[in-house]
Formats: sequence, C-alpha cells, structure tokens
Amino acid sequence: MSDARVLKEAECVGAATVREVEAPGMITVKAELASAALAECLRAATGAAVPQTRRIVRERDARVAWMAPDELLLLVPRADVAASLATLTDGLAGEHALVADVSDMRAVFRIEAGRAARETLAKLCPVDLAPGVFAAGEIRRTRLAQVPAAFWIEENGFTLVCFRSVARYAFDVLKGAAAADARVGYFREV
Amino acid sequence: MKHRLKTGGRFVDRSAPRTFFFNGIKGKGYRGDTLASALMAKGQSVVGRSFKYHRPRGIVAAGAEEPNALVGLGAGAGHEPNQRATTTELYDGLRAESQNHWPSLKTDIGAVNGLLARFLPAGFYYKTFIHPRPFWKHVFEPFIRQTAGLGKAPTAADADRYEHFYAFVDVLVVGGGIAGLEAARAAGAAGARVLLVEQTAQWGGRTPVDIAGGAEAVAALLAELDAMPNVTQRTRMMGAGVYDHGFVLCYEQLTDHRPEAAGPRHRLWKIRAKQVVTATGAIERPLSFAGNDLPGVMLAAAARDYVENFAVAPGRRVVVVTNNDDAYRTALTLRAHGIDVPAVVDARQGGAGPLLEEARAAGIRVQLGAAIHKAKGRTRVDAVEIGAVTGGEVSETLACDAVAMSGGWSPVVHLWSHCGGKLLWSDAHAHFYPDPALPPTGRDGAAFVRAAGTANGVMRAHEAASDGAAQGQAAAAEAGFDAPEIVATPLETPDEAPMRPVWLMPEDADIGLREKMWLDFQNDVKVSDVQLAAREGFESVEHTKRYTTLGMATDQGKLSNINGLAILSQALNEEIPRVGTTTFRPPYTPISMGAIAGEARGETFQPLRCTPMHAWHAAHGAHWEPVGQWRRPYAYMRAGESVAQAVAREVKNTRQALGLLDASTLGKILVKGPDAGRFLDMLYTNSFSKLKVGRCRYGLMCSENGFLSDDGVVARLSDDTWLCHTTTGGADRIHAWMEDWLQCEWWDWQVHTLNVTEQYGQIAVVGPQARVALERLGGIDVSKAALPFMGWVEGTLGGVPVRVYRISFSGELSYEIAVPAHRALELWEALLAVGADLGVMPYGTEALHIMRAEKGFIMIGDETDGTVIPQDLGLDWAISKKKDDYLGKRAQQRPHMRDPERWKLVGLQTVDGTVLPDGAYAVGEGENALGQRRMIGRVTSSYHSPTLARGIAMGLVEHGPERMGEVLEFPGTDGTLYRARIVDPVFYDPEGAKQDV
Repeated sequence: MSDARVLKEAECVGAATVREVEAPGMITVKAELASAALAECLRAATGAAVPQTRRIVRERDARVAWMAPDELLLLVPRADVAASLATLTDGLAGEHALVADVSDMRAVFRIEAGRAARETLAKLCPVDLAPGVFAAGEIRRTRLAQVPAAFWIEENGFTLVCFRSVARYAFDVLKGAAAADARVGYFREV
Repeated sequence: MKHRLKTGGRFVDRSAPRTFFFNGIKGKGYRGDTLASALMAKGQSVVGRSFKYHRPRGIVAAGAEEPNALVGLGAGAGHEPNQRATTTELYDGLRAESQNHWPSLKTDIGAVNGLLARFLPAGFYYKTFIHPRPFWKHVFEPFIRQTAGLGKAPTAADADRYEHFYAFVDVLVVGGGIAGLEAARAAGAAGARVLLVEQTAQWGGRTPVDIAGGAEAVAALLAELDAMPNVTQRTRMMGAGVYDHGFVLCYEQLTDHRPEAAGPRHRLWKIRAKQVVTATGAIERPLSFAGNDLPGVMLAAAARDYVENFAVAPGRRVVVVTNNDDAYRTALTLRAHGIDVPAVVDARQGGAGPLLEEARAAGIRVQLGAAIHKAKGRTRVDAVEIGAVTGGEVSETLACDAVAMSGGWSPVVHLWSHCGGKLLWSDAHAHFYPDPALPPTGRDGAAFVRAAGTANGVMRAHEAASDGAAQGQAAAAEAGFDAPEIVATPLETPDEAPMRPVWLMPEDADIGLREKMWLDFQNDVKVSDVQLAAREGFESVEHTKRYTTLGMATDQGKLSNINGLAILSQALNEEIPRVGTTTFRPPYTPISMGAIAGEARGETFQPLRCTPMHAWHAAHGAHWEPVGQWRRPYAYMRAGESVAQAVAREVKNTRQALGLLDASTLGKILVKGPDAGRFLDMLYTNSFSKLKVGRCRYGLMCSENGFLSDDGVVARLSDDTWLCHTTTGGADRIHAWMEDWLQCEWWDWQVHTLNVTEQYGQIAVVGPQARVALERLGGIDVSKAALPFMGWVEGTLGGVPVRVYRISFSGELSYEIAVPAHRALELWEALLAVGADLGVMPYGTEALHIMRAEKGFIMIGDETDGTVIPQDLGLDWAISKKKDDYLGKRAQQRPHMRDPERWKLVGLQTVDGTVLPDGAYAVGEGENALGQRRMIGRVTSSYHSPTLARGIAMGLVEHGPERMGEVLEFPGTDGTLYRARIVDPVFYDPEGAKQDV
C-alpha cells in the first residue's frame, strides 16, 4: 500500500504545528439526507447517524461530515473503504444516490497548539474561529487563502482537508501563517 | 535638538536616545518621537517641496492629516515613498529622504514654477498641453513626469512580510479617544464582543492634555477595558474602510516603529462587525491667509501637541490666529512652556469664552476682530501683517518664527461616509457632521455605523464622552445585547464662545493676496484657483476637484476639503451644504500594497496545482507550461536539446515506438441518476443516453447561444452512471455549468454530479508498442477483440487498480489509464520500466498538440474562441439529428449561424513548407467597410509537423471546404507574405488505420 500523503514529509513547528498526515479512506455520498435507507446503511457502515447541517460526527474510527444539503463525506480507515462502499451501495440501491470512493482526492493536514492554531486558520479563512464560536463538532467548508478547504476540531487541534493538487500551496500558506514571530494574540482562550 | 524643551513631553523617553538621518544628515531624538517631532526639535523647518510650484514646505500637522511632511523611508528592498513624518515613529537608524525636489531640498530648480505661478492657473495642463497633438506624448508628458510626482517608486522587491486576519465582532469601535473608550466600555459592559482600535500608539486623544483630570480618566477607562475579557484593544491599528454588510478593513502596523523586530510588518484585518462605532475625532482646518503655506505656519492644536507630547517648541515667537476658542489652549500651553506668544489674533469681535480671560491673565495680548493679512518670509515665516478681519489696512507687523492657526474643526466623517452615511451642515460649527437619520444601513435597512464624540459633531469633551457611552450602548443593543445604562466619566470642560467661519482672511482680500492663500498644500491649489474654476463654469464640487486637483493628493484633502468648497460656494453664491462635499473613499490614509497582498506573493502568489507525477516531471527535465493553475510539462528536455528538438523527438518517438502523457489534469465528472442520460443528451450535442455500457464517445458541449464551449470523452459506467471528461481548464467550469442547469432550470430531474478530477491520475499510453507495454504489466486483456477502439474496461495492471479507456487523440494505438491518484506515480514508473526496451519516452503538451493537429482534431481555445459553433468546424457528425433538443440547438438554427458565409475549418499547408504564423489573417480581393483589406480567414493553430517535416495549420476560411486546393495569402506581422494551400485538415493517416489495430 502506498503512502496516503501527498507531500510525504511536510511539517513545520511555529506558533502552531502544521503537518501533513495520512489521508484516511474517504467516501462521498450524494443522496436525500432524510432518507431512512441512508440512515440505516450509514449506521451499518460507520455506526454514526446522519449529521446535521455543518456538523461532523464521530463513531469509533469513522467520521461522517455534512458537506452540502445532499452530500456527506465519510472518513473511514483505508482498509474499511471497500466494505463501507459495498454497504452503502447496497443500502442505497433503491434510492437516487451516488456513492463514490474519493480516498485519493484530498490531502489532510493537522494544525495543533491551542490559540495559535485558531489564529493560523483565522489568517487564511474567512471564518469566525473564536473559542466558543467555532467548537468541536462543526465542520466548515471555506476557502484557505485561494483554495477550497474544510476543517474541524479534534484532539486538541484542527484537521484540515484540501484537494491534493494544491497540497503544497496549502502547506506553504499554513506554514507562513503559523510562523512563531507572527502571533496575533487575539483569542484569549483555546 | 535646539527646539527641544528642557522638561515635559509625555510621549518621549529621554533615557532612550535615537539617531536618525534626514537627507543623509544625522539627527537625534528620543523613543516616543515621531520623525516630525524629531525634525522639528532639530530645527528643520523645510521638510519638502510642493507638487506644482516646488514651494518650500514645513510641518503643518501632528497626525494623519499631514499634507507636507512626506518622506521616502528606508532604502532598497525596504524603501517606501510618501510616508508621513507625523505618523512615523522614530527608531534608531531611521533614514528618510525628502521628496519632490531637484537637485536638493535647499536649491530646487522647479521652484521657478512658483515665479511663473500666474501662468500656471487651474486647469493649466488641460489648457496648455493640448496642441500640437504629438507634443503631448513626446515632449510634454516626459517632462511633466520627470518634474511632477511625489515619492519615487521602490526599485527592489519588498523584503518584508505581511498577513491578513479575519475577525468577527459584535461592536467595532474605531478611535481610542475619550468617545471611543467610553463606547467600548459601554458595549463591553453589555457583554458584546468588542474590538477597539486606535491608529496611533497612544490612547485618549487630546483629553489627557486639554482636560483637567483627563489623563486619570483615560487611565481608569483603560483599566476597566483591560478587565473585560470580551473587549480587545489594539493600537497602531487604523480603521481604513467601511464596506457593505459590516465589513471593515483595519490596518495594523506591527513593526514600522521597530524594524529590527521579527515578524510581519503589517497585518490587514478583515472584520465582520455587527455594529461599527466611528469615534474618529475631528481635524483642525487651516485659515486661508496669504502666505499660509510658509514653513512655520501650522495648525494650532498641532503646535500644542508638539509641546505637550514631544516637548518640542514649534518656534520661539508664535503668533496664534483663530476663529474659535480651542487655539487659546495652544496659546496658554506655549506660554506655560516659556514660548513667546506676541498675540492671539482672533477673528471674532467678542473673542473666546472663559479662555479669553485666562489668556489675558497669563499676560497674552489678544487682538479681537483681527486677521493675519499676510505671512512673510522666504523659507520660513519671519513676520505676520495684522489688520482688521474685514475692511481695513494692515495695522502692524509682528515678528515671529511660527504661526499657530485654527480655522475651526471638521469631524472625521470618512468612515461614516464610506458606505453611504449622509451628512448635515452645522452653521454653529461650520462643519459637516453625520446625519443620524441617514446612516449606512445593512441588509435589513437598519443602521450599522454610528458616529460618536467629535466625529459625531459633539465638540466638547464631556459631551463627547457621554455621546461615546450612548453610542456604544446603542450599538450593543442593536447587536442584540441587553445594554445597561452607563454614566460617562465626568469631565470638567470650560464654556466656549461660538466660532465664526472665516473662509478668507481678510474677508475682502484682493487677488494679490488670494493668489497666495493655499487651500491644498500638497497639490498647490489656492483660493484663486477655485475661484477661477467657478468662473469658468465648474459648478459641481466633483468637477472643480478634478479641474483644480483640490483634495486629490495623497492626503485626499483632509485639510483642504471644507475650505475649498466654502470658497467654491461663495464664488457660486450658494449655501455650502448645497454645494456638498466630494466623495469619501477608503482607505482613510494610504495602506501598504504588501498588506493588501498578504500571503499572495512569491511561491504562494497563486495556487500551483500539481499532478501526482509533478515531482517526477520536474526531476526529468520538464519545460513547464501553465495550463490554468496547473503546470504541465510542455516537453521533457534532454541535454543539448532545444525545446523544438525535444518536441520533435517526442512526437517521432510516440508515433514510432511508445509515449507516455500525464493527462491527470483532464476534468472528470461523475453523472448519475434516473435522469442522467436525458441530462447529458441536453448538455452535449451528441446522444449519450444511447451509448452502451462499456463504451466511450467523444462529445461536444455548447453554450445556450450555440457556441462550442468544451469537449471530451464520455464513458458510460453503468446503466445510470456516466463519467464525463472535460478539458483541463474546463473541469470546475463545466461542473458548475452542470449544477447551474440542475439547480436552477431542471431542479426536478434526478441527477447527481460529482467532480472526481483529483481522485485519479490519468496516463495516456500511446504508440505502436502501447499494447505490448500493458500486456507486460498484465492483469487485463487489452487485445483488439477484448478492448476495441472506444471501449473501456476495469481491472488491475501490474497490481494497480485501473480503468483503461481505449481512446486516441494522436491517431496512434492508445490507451488512457485512470488510476487512484496516490498510486499514479507507481503505475507511471512501472510503465517506464516495462517500456524501457520498447523505447518509451514521456511526452509533453506540445507533442500532444502537434499529434492532434496532424490528425485534424480541434482544440478548445485554439479552434474555438467563443464565437465558433461546431458546424463551423465540420463537426456536424457529432451533432445528433435524432434529439429534440440540446443546449445550443435553437441558437444554431438562427440565420446568422446558418449563414453559408461563416468561415469554416480547413487544413492549411504552406507552399514552401514553412510554418504559418498563429493567428495570421488571410486576405482576399477588395476592402471592407473600414477601407481595410478584406479578410477571408485566419489561422487557428499552426505547428511544424516533425512527422511530415513541414508546417501544418488549421484555419477558418470563408467557403473554405469548397475551395480545396486554392492558395491563400497571409501577410505576416514580420512583413513576410505567407502562402498556403487549402487542404483537408487530416494530415496524417486519414483512414485511421493506425489507431484501430
């Protein structure tokens, strides 16, 4: 199995730490999100319920993110992709739905270190990242400087995904924003 | 530091000396000085030359409104022109150069313009440099460009870093004076998220100096704000612009005052505020008397600032001239610091309120109903002539080395006005102030900007404080917070007598004096210029501004605006509010280009999209071509090769042996659903609902106006699923186009689309040895029988999961292999390995283009330009005749689209084998309506064909397909006449035998 990182060794330690991590398996589901069949096969595949608007839910080692009014993104261990695909495809067989393996489409980054992680993203993304406003459980699809990206909070930091072709650009702008000498000092809490 | 006072100076730290250089000459100052205060302390009275007449100019103000003291700061990669000395904090080693002088500040040849001033009236350039016409470009403009203009543009790339920051607040308070502090406290007490910004390094504005107990009041307010976790205060951060929907730009200067510090120099804050409070204060106006531009003549409050804040004396004998009470504070301050004040010249017959008695008690002579008729001096004021304000002769001449003037105060309404806030005229204060009934409004029609304090026309400190608290409270309430009543800090403010507007001094000044009264110091606009403009028929203030250049300099008329339009209104015999102001536009003061760019520079100027094989290409001699934001190898260079040689080698090798192309950038969009077939039938000119599973077809997409928009191969993956390939540049656009139709027009059709471009690497394996290479990898039967032309199959090749399409854009045996992106490089390298003895070579986009052209295949963007329909290109075969409709069908039936005169695609072959210039026009007999030679066609793509060893081209030609064999003439821009014969566009293997093996 190949390395599911685009840049391989990409890490910088500044006010915040930015590093590329192995992309998990990813599956896009486009369907009627209120569908009972979807809820059932999603639970079967991941254990998770259909997330509400702009939410990401986690169940064991799987996450399910709301992406659009008719679209979910599943993040599952790469080893589970085939089984999850099958479960979803079978479960949605009678529905108007699209299930696709998109495991190779994105690069995944971690941005860690409390307040500085929030400030790093707030330099690049037009999102209210204030503590208490952007909290765990929310996913935000937005723009990272000039490219589309999405991020959410988990394990004392942010996980950010962007398309793989712009992984270098994303890392470079994150690295610049995370520089140790560029702290803003705007957010008072983690 | 001969003008430095022995004691005082609340901003300067005498224990921290600083050295600076002005025009190369060393000067000394202290931490806390501005460059202006340090220059003044040094006794430097001339700091620059004016724009038009090159008159010597001194420091006028102490803040952002300064028009004269502009300098070039730093050198090389750190050079920045037009920096205001009054807002430049002094640091050790600062290097500043004065501007707009030649050869030197002292001796300026351009000053001769001043002697010719009466020949340089308003609109001089418009009037003078019109005739003879060619002179403008070749004589006048080069000369004017040499002598005009302020600072010099930097020549080196900016060495500093910049960044942006997005913040979201309930209440943004701009301005850290007493009103802003009170507003922030009131909004903070309500629980709102508050950001308070102040453009200078200090809080409190003039309250700590002008008001007894003011310093303590400011300190107490700051302590209260510090204790509120929901309030953030930042200094050196200017509110630059207010825009729709509560968007505000703020400009934070992080290291300008300590350039040795690491980190970004500027940070541009992009703020979304539910409510904005502009507590931006007021700016003092100059008085228009003759010679008011002489160095040493300055604003009265600025003179006070220099004494109180920096312990610098603006002069040894300072005449104060005013039409309002505030300048009396300056007189008292000067006197208290031992500076001689020969007189306070007050235009009002009744003089000031209690401050008048205070001044007299301090032994200051006060001359009422009086005016300065003229300030005299050469490079600095040395005397003023005093007389009655109206009707009277000069009664005496007072020697002095400085004049402190006050023509009244104008609220800083810029931020209020940026987003549409309207203004009212106050007769009492002779100024415009925000109209509370017509504020900037948000999407809900409610006000989102409030002005507070002096910026709101509330001119006295205690009232400004109360107004600040009230506006802060109201803003918090509007933002949805339960705002408690806040009692503002009580401040002792003496009563004041009314001011008296004096627009000319004396009011009956003759033309000789009016020609010496400056309105706009930076652009050299005088009272006489505005009056002339009015006489010449410029009634609109906006026209007068552009004709005279009043207020068009880098200070944007902060000092000159109101004085100028008062003169204009007098000349037009109109009320000032009827004449109105010019438009206030962001930014409030200039902000750096670097701050605007933020991270978008150097390597991150734009995203660079990379395919999974990008690093391999880079390591193997890729000569890059930008395609959208991608970089694709144009050719792979080998040692000693030219680009053309590399391209020729790649074409020949692919046709004779085996080539590999990285086609990963092609767009790939999944389309699935019960209505997907019907949807694609509408989207493409071809019929895709009839395509069999396992098969591919080349398709064309048109806009609803019938023009060819994109092309690509569509594969049917299953009964209800298709995969559409788009051009590299078309992926996002075509996906958006699909969603546009699905969401806006055919919203009840059951179709899902998904852009999976980035999921796959795609490799074209092309050439006579292609099949052998794939067979060596093994895993899929790629024989002609198992995988015929235009078929596809899924499986594994050498253990890598793939989908193989048997398609060809080169005319050779060819497979395109889609592979999960993370494994694309692995497959690429495996193909190179198994193909080594078959002569495998990668090829780039130019070889791709040439092989397409040799086969007569069109390229979107070459053969199409948004005006070309498929029928022009002989693509009628790709237009389904059986369908009722498709996007563009109706448009293609319009008479113009069916016109037999439309130019049509043909091949072009030069008579002598040379290469036709791309884009060249073919000319026919006669002339067109414009008297030019009639054009009958043009070259749409042109190459040297290594296969055929001659130039080949495609072009659109009038009646082209009917004129086979005719020779056309193409005049080149190089003077050469090219001759080419019309031929079939398929130059290579017209039978298609080679790809179908």
